Amino acid sequence: MATAAPDPGAAQPDAVPVSPSPGANLMAVTFRIRRFDPEAAAEAFWQDFRVEIDPKERVLDALHSIKGEQDGSLTFRRSCAHGICGSDAMRINGRNRLACKALVKDLSPQRPVVVEPLKGLTVLKDLVVDMEPFFQAYRDMLPFLVTSGNEPTRERLQSPAQRARFDDTTKCILCAACTSSCPVFWNDGQYFGPAAIVGAHRFIFDSRDEAGERRLEILNDNHGVWRCRTIFNCTDACPRGIQVTKAIQEVKQALVTRRL
Amino acid sequence: MEYGQTRQLRQVHTYDTVIVGAGGAGMRAAIEAAPRCRTAVLSKLYPTRSHTGAAQGGMAAALANVEEDNWEWHTFDTIKGGDYLVDQDAAEILAKEAIDSVLDLEKMGLPFNRTPDGTIDQRRFGGHSRDHGEAPVRRSCYAADRTGHMILQTLYQNCLKLGVEFFDEYYVLDQLLTEVGGVRHSAGVVAYRLATGELHVFRAKSVIYASGGCGKFFKVTSNAHTLTGDGQAAVYRRGLPLEDMEFFQFHPTGIWRMGILLTEGARGEGGILRNTHGERFMEKYAPVMKDLASRDVVSRAIYTEIREGRGCGPEGDHVYLDLTHLPHEQLDAKLPDITEFARTYLGIEPYTDPIPIQPTAHYAMGGIPTTVHGEVLADNTAVVPGLYAAGEVACVSVHGANRLGTNSLLDINVFGRRAGLAAAAYAATAALPELPEDPAGWVERRIEGLREATGSERVAVLRAELQETLDANVMVFRTEQTIGAALAKLAELRGRYAEVSVQDKGRRFNTDLLEAVELGNLLELAEVMAACALARRESRGGHYREDFPHRDDVHFMRHSMAYREVAADGTESVRIDYKPVVQTRYQPMERTY
Repeated sequence: MATAAPDPGAAQPDAVPVSPSPGANLMAVTFRIRRFDPEAAAEAFWQDFRVEIDPKERVLDALHSIKGEQDGSLTFRRSCAHGICGSDAMRINGRNRLACKALVKDLSPQRPVVVEPLKGLTVLKDLVVDMEPFFQAYRDMLPFLVTSGNEPTRERLQSPAQRARFDDTTKCILCAACTSSCPVFWNDGQYFGPAAIVGAHRFIFDSRDEAGERRLEILNDNHGVWRCRTIFNCTDACPRGIQVTKAIQEVKQALVTRRL
Repeated sequence: MEYGQTRQLRQVHTYDTVIVGAGGAGMRAAIEAAPRCRTAVLSKLYPTRSHTGAAQGGMAAALANVEEDNWEWHTFDTIKGGDYLVDQDAAEILAKEAIDSVLDLEKMGLPFNRTPDGTIDQRRFGGHSRDHGEAPVRRSCYAADRTGHMILQTLYQNCLKLGVEFFDEYYVLDQLLTEVGGVRHSAGVVAYRLATGELHVFRAKSVIYASGGCGKFFKVTSNAHTLTGDGQAAVYRRGLPLEDMEFFQFHPTGIWRMGILLTEGARGEGGILRNTHGERFMEKYAPVMKDLASRDVVSRAIYTEIREGRGCGPEGDHVYLDLTHLPHEQLDAKLPDITEFARTYLGIEPYTDPIPIQPTAHYAMGGIPTTVHGEVLADNTAVVPGLYAAGEVACVSVHGANRLGTNSLLDINVFGRRAGLAAAAYAATAALPELPEDPAGWVERRIEGLREATGSERVAVLRAELQETLDANVMVFRTEQTIGAALAKLAELRGRYAEVSVQDKGRRFNTDLLEAVELGNLLELAEVMAACALARRESRGGHYREDFPHRDDVHFMRHSMAYREVAADGTESVRIDYKPVVQTRYQPMERTY
């Protein structure tokens, strides 16, 4: 059952059963969720939901059970449910994660699990934020291969070592967990943010690409890489395990040495 | 007035070509259409969220970069893999154009894995063989085990480069048709904007459906929550046929109970399936290709092992995918994502422990029937002018009764491109069609009806019952009895669906309402699948009838064509017709691996 909670640490609602998988060890867990519906009220508020859940299940499973069985108006984005589409990044117990990769057992479920929308992006409803500024920063990086001259008949050649040079940053799923974990981004909405720099890195260090200099110039801007304070929040937040801070440092270094 | 309010908010857009869906097929089509005509891409998700991104193992093309290969062998494997229900002219196009499709993606920037001499690396995959079944061949071009992710990213990046116009989080609910001289033409689509609840009418000379599959009617599935057959349902409701809907692929290696996909590339890299005695059981079922037999064969073998008491675990309800004999460096370099899935979701270390797996509902071979140019068929021969489809939503048919692994990433690129070219060529000469009267009326009544409904049924409950019934009755093994049970349950569920209400009555981001609409689509398509499965009294590819365990080429070497019929009293039924298979050079043979 759902109860309104003025702030984290208040209510103790009743448990509501969800359909368990056979043989599961169920546990009653409270999810304390930041709610906001501008059509209903001007202010956001905390609401507690208690669910019986197998702790090996995902936070996304808990959100689905709340939506399906307690409150259909709970709103969040999701699609693939296994960490590859990037839809369900949110702040869980104060850290940005994908709800589909966060298992309940890893979140100290004896205490309420706190779920909030990503920080630094406008909240549209409940856990849904406006992704447009985030994608705009990505688009600003010329995130596509730029080449000149005639196209080769067959594939462009690239050695395994050249391919490995930018492998890490090809993993990005544009979930915004890194960018919205960055204190610089929270305070300076113009900062491109880690994800956009990762997107630039993926092409700057691709041996086939010819627009590295142009991207470096974009990132030399006063809202570019120099705003990074090497806080490492982004690296911790990345659900794909990308060494985000390292990638940003490599871009800074390329700017200093102008050597790709 | 609720209705009046919505009507005021309605907007009409006019384009040459509208593409529904921004996965691989939709964006590949956009890359062709956008430079040639005014094009809009509508997607219910942000483009990079599309399920193409979940494809792992690779994209088939006979590049012959690492060993001898050619497109004719690939054509044969595709036809044999599809149990001879494949249209052979289409399979030939698929295999021939595969080579340029892969090279195009490389030129667009796709970071394929490389051979030591810098060309695109290739690996083995199920059902792909040298010289007509002699031995496995390295034909799959790949980027680690995130090939689909890299294809989706690369196509999105190239759409940005071309300035393609996207309408993100616009959910298409209806296909508009206008009759001109007795022939139904496509006139556009009606979309619901998720952020605001507004209805948008898109009037267009050509419409391309590239909206993906419908696997969410199963419970254990590799499919995203959003794969709810929206495109198939939109055209089916308007009286257009769906082809071969009884053919659904169950991928052998889903994570036990969760259904998350573990790529066939794991077996391509040397992974082995084992039963509870540790036996490599595929040697019994497919002596040549073993673990790399085609997917329907492997999925049936797994369930046979389980049924005969050789399954693993306390309930004996799964088998193991064993990667423990492979070098750690190989797993890290070639299969990093799926090994991480095992660690994250099962707490298992694949270096040292085998991974529990079971078949998972994966791919719809059937869909909206098209020609090899992506033109949608109104019956066995006539096309619907201005209407196109490509990718999983479509049925060309290149996959027949069972799709080979790596042929779907290929399909979206080859036929996405073809549909984009054909739709743009059509738009260059066609007149802008008139919209039907009150174009958004049907959608408006549906949306407002759901929003205002006060019935006692809940979407989540009906969806769970739908999924359980299909898993139990219409999965890897089917009989007349189980399919009949599913149809009876589906009739009950459709009755109860009329009593569904949503709790969220708002307009902004009303995902409660959206899920109710999606459930309606799933129920409709599940009935089509079950009806076609009941009528096909044979076993072929992914459709296995225990009561008719053999392929019957005399009676069933033909495509099913399902039409929605509405009787005078309003009752709906599925009418099934048949369409001949196109055969060119390959005579049906017994299918062994």
